[in-house]
Amino acid sequence: MARDSEATLDAMDRTLAGVKPVSARRQLVNLGDRVFYIIAKSLALLVIVLALLLVADLFRGASEAIRQFGLKFLVGTTWDPVTRQFSTLPTVIGTLVKGFIALLLAVPVSIGSAIFITFYTPRWLRPVISYPIELLAGIPSIIFGMWGLFAMVPVVRVIQIWLKAHFGWFFLFDGPAVYGVGVLSGSIILFIMITPIITAISKEILLTVPREQIEGMLALGSTKWEAIWKVALPYARIGLFGAVALGLGRAIGETMAVTMVGGNSFDLIHSLFDPVHSMASQIASEFSEATYSLYVSSLIYVGLVLFGITILISLLAQFLIWKTSKGKLALLD
Amino acid sequence: MKLKNMKAAVLLTALSAASGQALAGCPTKGVKELTGTGATFPYPLYSKMFSEYDKTCGVKVNYQSIGSGGGIRQLQEQTVDFGASDGVMDEKQKAQAKGGAVLHIPTVAGAEAIVFNVAGIKRGQLKLTPEVLAEIYLKKISNWNDPKIKALNPGVKFPDLTIAVVHRSDGSGTTFIFTNYLSKVSSEWKDKVGFATSVNWPGDVGGKGNEGVANSVKQIPGAIGYVELAYAQQNKMDWAQLQNKAKKFLDPTLEGASAAADIANLPDDMEIVITDSSNPAAYPISGFTWLLIYENETDPAKADAVAQLASWMITDGQKFAAPLDYAPLKGVAQKKAMALVKKIKANGALVMK
Repeated sequence: MARDSEATLDAMDRTLAGVKPVSARRQLVNLGDRVFYIIAKSLALLVIVLALLLVADLFRGASEAIRQFGLKFLVGTTWDPVTRQFSTLPTVIGTLVKGFIALLLAVPVSIGSAIFITFYTPRWLRPVISYPIELLAGIPSIIFGMWGLFAMVPVVRVIQIWLKAHFGWFFLFDGPAVYGVGVLSGSIILFIMITPIITAISKEILLTVPREQIEGMLALGSTKWEAIWKVALPYARIGLFGAVALGLGRAIGETMAVTMVGGNSFDLIHSLFDPVHSMASQIASEFSEATYSLYVSSLIYVGLVLFGITILISLLAQFLIWKTSKGKLALLD
Repeated sequence: MKLKNMKAAVLLTALSAASGQALAGCPTKGVKELTGTGATFPYPLYSKMFSEYDKTCGVKVNYQSIGSGGGIRQLQEQTVDFGASDGVMDEKQKAQAKGGAVLHIPTVAGAEAIVFNVAGIKRGQLKLTPEVLAEIYLKKISNWNDPKIKALNPGVKFPDLTIAVVHRSDGSGTTFIFTNYLSKVSSEWKDKVGFATSVNWPGDVGGKGNEGVANSVKQIPGAIGYVELAYAQQNKMDWAQLQNKAKKFLDPTLEGASAAADIANLPDDMEIVITDSSNPAAYPISGFTWLLIYENETDPAKADAVAQLASWMITDGQKFAAPLDYAPLKGVAQKKAMALVKKIKANGALVMK
C-alpha cells in the first residue's frame, strides 16, 4: 500500500518534472506538499483499509455459519441454540420495523424543530433551545433504556391496552398489549434517541442556507412558510437526507436501550405490540454466553447481515439524493 | 480500640509477609497477581473474596465477568490463569482446551426464585409443582385460573388472568440452570426445547438480565419469571413455593441451595448440575458455579498460586457467601471440592500436600 502511494507520487512528480524545470525553492515547497499529501492519503486509505479488514474479519468469523446455513440464514425463522439451528429473519424484520417507525416519528419532529430554531427563533435565544437538544444527543443509551423500562413502558402499556380495546380489529393493534415491551416501545425509545441527532444536524444545515435567497423570496412577496418550503428546504435537502440517514443508522445499530424495552423475542411479529429482538441487541445479549463455535459464528453472521443492511440503507439514501437532485436539475432546464 | 486491633492485624500481616512466613491459603512461590475471567453470576461474591484475599495474602486477582462462554473460551486459549463458569464444559469444549484436562471446582451454589405478579397473592402463597411450572413455560397452561393451578392451591382465589411468561433474553447461566431443571422434570420440555444458556422459548417476553426479568414481572399483570434468589430478595418480589423431588413445597433459600449440593452421590469430578436434587431439604432450582482450572499447569509458581486461591475460596472465603446471598458449600460438596484442588499439578507433580 505504502509502495503504491509512493509509485503514484513518483508518477506525479515525473509529470510535473516533465512540464517545467523545478527550482530549488519550489522543491522545498514540494517537500512540504509531498509530506502532507502522503499523510492525507494514508489517512484516507487507512479508513478504507479498516473498513475492508472489518468486512473480511466478519466474513472469516461468520464462515462456519455461512457454510452451514448459507442464504437460508436470511429467510429462516428459527433461532435455537439447543438444536444448533440459526436464522435471522424475525430479528431483521424487527430491527427494520422499529427503525422505520422511529424515523417516521422523528423526521417531522426533528426537521420541524430545526426549522423553528433556525427561522423563528431570535439569534440570542437559539443556544437556549438548541443546547438541551444537543445535550440529549450525548446521553448514553443505557440511560434511555433505564428510563424507558421504568418510566415509559408503563405508560405505553396503558396506551396499548386502550388501543387494543378500541381498535383491536386492526391487525397492528391486535397483539399482547399488556406486555408493554415490544415493537411500539422499542420504536418510541429509538424515536427519542434519534430526534436530537437529526435536529442538531438539520439545524446546522439549515443555517447554511444563504440569507439572501430567503430574503429575495420574501421580497418577491412570498410568505415565510413559502420561503422555507420552496427555498430553504430544497436548498438543504441533501444535507437533510444525510441527517435522516445518520438517524436511521443509529436506530438500526442501537443496542442497549432497545434491548431493555424491546421484549427480545425470536418470533415473527404480527402487531405493534409483539415483543421482538433487534439484531444489534441480539448480538450483545448472547455473545458472552455463546458456548460453541457455530453459535458464535452465527452471531457474527448476524453482524455481517447488519453491516450489509447499513450499507444498503446508505446506498438507498445516496440514490434518493441523486434522484431528487436530478429531478430539480431537470426542472431548472 | 477497634482501630487499634485492625492496625495490629495489618502489622501482623505485614510482619509475617516480610519474614517470608506463608499464611494458610496464600501462594508460597512469590506470585503477586492472577487473572481470571468468566461467569457474571458469582461476580459480586468473587470481587468481595478477591479484595479480602488481597488483604490477607497481598495477591491481586483480576477477575473480569465477561460471561461463562467467554470464560471457557479464554481458558481454552490459555490467556487466563483460571476461568469461571455457571455451566459444565461439554466434551467438545474440553477437547478444544489447549492445556489438557480441566478441573471444575465448585465455589458456591445459588438458587433461583420463581417470581410472579398476581394481584392478591403474596410471597410463598402460591404453590407450584414441576409439572405445572413446565406446562406454564410450554404455554400449555395459559391462565391463572387453570384447574391444575387451583388444585395445588386450595383456598387461594385466582383471577381470570392470562399468564405472561418472562425469560432472560441474554445468554446466561441462570437460564442454563432453569432450563436444565425443566428438562429434568418434563420430558416434553426436554424434547421440544432442551437446555442451554439461551433457548428457543415457546413464549413470551424476554428481559435483559435479572433486572429486565424482574421489572417485566413487576409491571405485567399475570407475569411469571425466574430470577436469582438474591435479586428476588433484594427487590422484595413475590415468589412461589416449588415442590422438590421429595414432594415438599419449599421457598427458595440459601439453605435449600446448600442442601441441594449436599448429597452423598456427588460425582468426584463435581461436574453435576444439582437441579432437582434428591436431598429432601433441597430447593430444586439450584446450581453450582465453578472455577475452571487446568489439572496440569506448566508454571509451578502459577500452579501453586491458583491452587492456594481455590482452596482459600472454598474454605476461609466461604464466610463471605451468605451475606451476599450465595449458598456456601457444605459437607460432602466442600470435601469433594477440596479433593479436586489437591489434584492440581505442576508438570506432573502435585502442588498441594
